[in-house]
Amino acid sequence: MATDEDDKVFKALADPSRRQLLDRLRRKNGQTLGELCEDHDMSRQAVTKHLNLLEEANLVATVKRGREKLHYLNPVPINEIYMRWIGKFEQDRVQALHNLKQALENDQ
Amino acid sequence: MTQAQAEFLYTTYIKTTPQRVWDAITNPEFARQYWGHGNISDWRPGSRWDHQKPDGSVLMTGKVLESHPPRRLVLSWVRPDSVADQTEHSRVTFEIDMFEDMVRLNVTHDRLKPGSEMARGISAGWPRVLSSMKTFLETGTPLNTWAGQDRTCDSHATKPDATAA
Repeated sequence: MATDEDDKVFKALADPSRRQLLDRLRRKNGQTLGELCEDHDMSRQAVTKHLNLLEEANLVATVKRGREKLHYLNPVPINEIYMRWIGKFEQDRVQALHNLKQALENDQ
Repeated sequence: MTQAQAEFLYTTYIKTTPQRVWDAITNPEFARQYWGHGNISDWRPGSRWDHQKPDGSVLMTGKVLESHPPRRLVLSWVRPDSVADQTEHSRVTFEIDMFEDMVRLNVTHDRLKPGSEMARGISAGWPRVLSSMKTFLETGTPLNTWAGQDRTCDSHATKPDATAA
């Protein structure tokens, strides 16, 4: 994978507001800019800027429906990064540790 | 269609040609190398297609709804044991176009039941398939995730607890 693609992904993820936007798309995929601005303490302008950065990093895919632009979570580049350091043989062990951590933390 | 449908859109940019991407999807020998399974059909509108494991068992099936090589392919997508139930038929659209000097592949998977096992399975599966396809087309080596692995985005074996977190 090209280094500049990696750089864009890490840069895009290195911001809590942008991660929050991705979380919102994970909860509800295919949202408009208007929907993504609801209940948000960011200005419309700031959300637009963050979405552009996420789109440039290919973490958000968009499609035009009539006059609206819909935003979708696109985890394909994250999967490439994941697979770079975690091979198929480690996957189950990493998943098991992740499940254990979740179970223990939810237990409290 | 009485309830809301789930819809996913995945995009990847690949340094290759539209024809190679088309072949990567529609040529079973090609697909097996990065996907682990082949897609079998004559790819004519109205024909059946099967997503098949090397042992011949069919994990997913459906009809070719539109076919415009090498730019656009639309399939219905359903588990073989659910073919009789129209509400179980989801739809996959592959759009292949050029973006600057790269191929942009858009995969839209819609007409899914929200929260269904299928919706969970494909949302874990497509990112893997597409990143593996990209790596394979660009480097000749698939990502170390599919080949020889008896597990797929869409298999019944998808663990809900592993993908729904």
